[in-house]
Parts: sequence; structure tokens; C-alpha cells
Amino acid sequence: MKLFFFKRAIQDILNNRFLNTVTLITISLSVLIVSSFALFFNNTNELLDTWKKGIRALVYLNPDADDANRLDLKYNIQNLEGVSEARFISRKEALAQMKVQMGRQASLLEGLESNPLPDAFEVRLKPESQTIAEIERLSKAIEALPHIDKVEYGQQWIGKFTSIINVFKFVGSAMGGLFLVATLFIVANTVRLVLYSRQEEIAIMRLVGATDRFIKTPFYIQGMALGGLGGIIGMAGLYIAFHFISEKFHNSLSAELLDIHFLSLEMIAGFVAGSMLIGWIGCYVSLKQFLKA
Amino acid sequence: MKPHEDALIRLFHVYKRYGAYNALFDISLDIFRNEFLFLAGPSGAGKSTLLKLLYLGEALSEGQILIDRVNLARVSRRRTPELRRKLGIIFQDFKLIPTKTVYENVALVLETRGMSRKFIQKKVNSVLRTVGMEDRQKSFPPGLSGGEQQKVAVARAVVGEPKIILADEPTGSLDADSAEAIFNLLINIHARGATVLVATHAKELISNAKGRVIQLKEGKLIA
Ligand SMILES: Nc1ncnc2c1ncn2[C@@H]1O[C@H](COP(=O)(O)OP(=O)(O)OP(=O)(O)O)[C@@H](O)[C@H]1O
Ligand SMILES: [Mg+2]
Repeated sequence: MKLFFFKRAIQDILNNRFLNTVTLITISLSVLIVSSFALFFNNTNELLDTWKKGIRALVYLNPDADDANRLDLKYNIQNLEGVSEARFISRKEALAQMKVQMGRQASLLEGLESNPLPDAFEVRLKPESQTIAEIERLSKAIEALPHIDKVEYGQQWIGKFTSIINVFKFVGSAMGGLFLVATLFIVANTVRLVLYSRQEEIAIMRLVGATDRFIKTPFYIQGMALGGLGGIIGMAGLYIAFHFISEKFHNSLSAELLDIHFLSLEMIAGFVAGSMLIGWIGCYVSLKQFLKA
Repeated sequence: MKPHEDALIRLFHVYKRYGAYNALFDISLDIFRNEFLFLAGPSGAGKSTLLKLLYLGEALSEGQILIDRVNLARVSRRRTPELRRKLGIIFQDFKLIPTKTVYENVALVLETRGMSRKFIQKKVNSVLRTVGMEDRQKSFPPGLSGGEQQKVAVARAVVGEPKIILADEPTGSLDADSAEAIFNLLINIHARGATVLVATHAKELISNAKGRVIQLKEGKLIA
């Protein structure tokens, strides 16, 4: 690529400083907003994943179940699709565990005349079945078996959380799309205005033998430079905001619960490249209209 | 000379109309390779219009034009630059880019042809020296006198060493000395093999010249 293409592109940017600054700010803001959604989803997805890893169901048995029933149940549950293990927890074991968990308050349990806890199975799922939908399906299947009192899975609220996140995701994607279109429009418009300011010059260049490609190249450089720079500024803005917020989190108790981190290098590169692509497309649209004549 | 084989530019019954007005009327003409041809005629005769048709600045209304055996009607938009690179055009209104320096205006021609920076520098400097504008390299066209602009326009037309020079009133804004210098430059380029077509209404230019003279009047060829 020849140097004078860059020279011309830089000249164009300097000659239309205000316009280009406004465009740059718009691109940066769009990238910032869209990428902050991405950052949010990335972290919530990860969070959900770690929560789901521990997903398990507790199956409480009716008091009337005898040893043979228990063996049958264990066999039947373990044969269900998606179940990796069904471990029997006797009521005695459950009480002992409870005492350990209660620690100093365990003396409260001393006064009990009989063990109020039921027998139970702890059901763990195969990794590929660790989803909300699967555990819901399995609990229904287990509940249908004989001698079952009820099935509980503590992560029930994850399902609710997931549907809230999904709403956010939808809104986020819609807004991302909107910003994308708006940015595209603004870049295309900027290029168009520069094109009009250079109309006479372009006509003369044509007359002395310039090809369309020769005329277009600086505009593409300009569009991609705006896009790339906007992408970098947007990413930098996001990082600063992220740094600020995660600092606050670290000072609070939720630090371990919410181990949030920044976008991966690939995603950062993706955002900058995507924003350059928008610059390119914006140019393409305007040039196509303009150079038709 | 075998006329038909050596004709570089051929016009067959060419018409150009602006609305109902005939700017050119049934022009048939052969211009030969390495010819120095004058296109004479009063203001409004259609000289500039004829040149415009040759460089595809305007489309003709009727007839055919061949340049170097290429029918201009068949030259697509994409291939227009190829045709124009065979031509060095001195426009009557100069058509210099006001926001570019003298140097950049002339260098542009070579840049579009993908020449190296070093070559461009050497060539542009030498051409600007020839037309006497080497010390105005960094000036912008609006800051030049009409004659100075014309010299730059001439420099831009010849810098690419085109096969064909189309010169529309190339000395119209020049004093006698400068005009002679520019004319000698055109004669020089002709001597190196180029075909030169000069449109002018300046009778003194034509009477001194040795080349063929054709006369246009009210859009018609009269001699
Ligand atoms: N774009 C146009 N629209 C309408 N009429 C035009 C247009 N261009 C040229 N003409 C007319 O065509 C005629 C020939 O114009 P042209 O410029 O070719 O004359 P010319 O011989 O070059 O004159 P001059 O010696 O003054 O340059 C003129 O009458 C002019 O008014
Ligand atoms: Mg004229």
C-alpha cells in the first residue's frame, strides 16, 4: 500500500476534524455499550456454569420404604438417563451431618426423642445433563417412582435467574443491533460528507486517469481507521469502568462469590475488528452510491 | 502514408446535441499517428466539445469514434481510466485541484499509474522546471495567476508522457514569451512521437504553425 493513500486519508480526517471527532465518539460509545453487555453476559454465564456444576437433587423417601424398596429405587434412579450417581443418605447419617454443620448449636438437637429426618438419596447428574431443564425433567421422573415423598433441588432459583438473564440477553442483543445500525449509518454519513467536499477533486482525478480503486482506497483507510480507533477507545473505556467496579467488589464481602473478570483477548480483538468492519461497510455503502454516476 | 492504417483517432459522422442544439454536426475526421493538428474556429464553434468526446468527458449523440482502434462506445466505466492514461489533457479551464499544491497536482497523474515516489519526484521536478514553475511547487492553484495555472496544467498533461496530447487553448492565458515556451514544449513532445491536437481560436498561433489545420464553425467541419 502506497504512503500517499494514508496521507490522503489523514488529510481527510484533519480537514474534517469536527465531523470525524463526532463519528469517533459515536463509534467508541457504541462499542463501549455493546461490549459492556458482552462483559455482563460473559460473567453471568460463567457464574451460572459454576453454580450448575454443583447441581444435584435430594430425593426424600416415605417412612414406609423398607430396605428392598430402597435397593429398587437406587437401581431405578441410577438407570435414569443423565444420572451419574445416586447415593443413599440414611436418616442417621443425615442427622450426624446436621450436627456437624450446626457446630456449637448442635446441643439443640440433643433433646430430640426421635430422628425427624427422612431417608434420602443424593442424586448427581452427568456433566452434559447439568442444566435446569434436565434436572426438572429428572425430578419429575423420580417423583413418579413409588415410595418417594418429594424431590428438592436447591438450585431451583437458578431457573428463575436464567430466565431473567435471557430477557436481559434479548434486550442487550436488540440494543447491540440498534447501535450497530446507528454506527453504520453515522460512518456512512461521514464518508458521504467527505465525498461531497471532495467532489470536484474526485472528478478531476478521474479525468487524469485515476481508477475507482485509487479514489476509494483512502476512504476505506479512513473508515477502517475510525472504526479501529473507536473500537480501541471503547475497549479502553470499558476496561477503566470494569477496573473501577471490580475494585469496589473486592472491598465488599461478595468478592469470592462474584469472581468477575474482563473480556478475553480474543473478544477484545473481535470488538476492534468488528468495529473496523463497520467502518469498512459504512464506506462501502457510501462509495457505492457516490461512484455509480 | 497509408491513411487508414495510420489513423490514431477516427471520427465517423459524429453528432453532439445539447437538447435541440447541435454543438457538433456530422463530423468525420482522421487524425494520424504523430500528427500535429490544429483545431481552429471561433468561440462556440464546438472545439472543446469535440475534445470532450475524445476523452469521454461527454457521450456523443450519434456516430462513432475510434481511438487506437478502440471504439469509445465500447469503453465501459471500469475501462475509462485505461483510455484516459493514453491522453494528456490541457483543459481550457485548467481543472487543477485547488486544495493540492502545484507539485501534488502534477504528481497525481503518476501516482494514479502506481509509479514509485522517487521516480515521481524526479519526473515532476523536471517537468515543472521545463514549464518554469519549479519555484512555485508548494503554492496552491488559487494563489497563482491565470498564466501560472496554465503552465501547471500543461505540466500535468505532459508528465505521464502520453501518446496523445489534447490541448484546449494551451496558451490562452499566457504572455508571448511564455506562450512560445509552452508551444516549444508541445513541439518537443511531438518530436518524441506523440500525437498532438491543439484547439485554439488564436490566429497567430496557427499562422506560425507547420501542422495541418482544420476549421470548425457552428459545429461543422469547413476545411
Ligand atoms: N454542457 C452544455 N450544455 C449546453 N450547451 C453547451 C454545453 N457545452 C457546450 N455547449 C454549447 O456548445 C457550443 C460549443 O461549445 P464549445 O465549448 O465546444 O465551444 P468552443 O469552440 O470550445 O469555444 P471557445 O473557443 O470559446 O472555447 C456552444 O454554443 C456552447 O454554448
Ligand atoms: Mg473551448
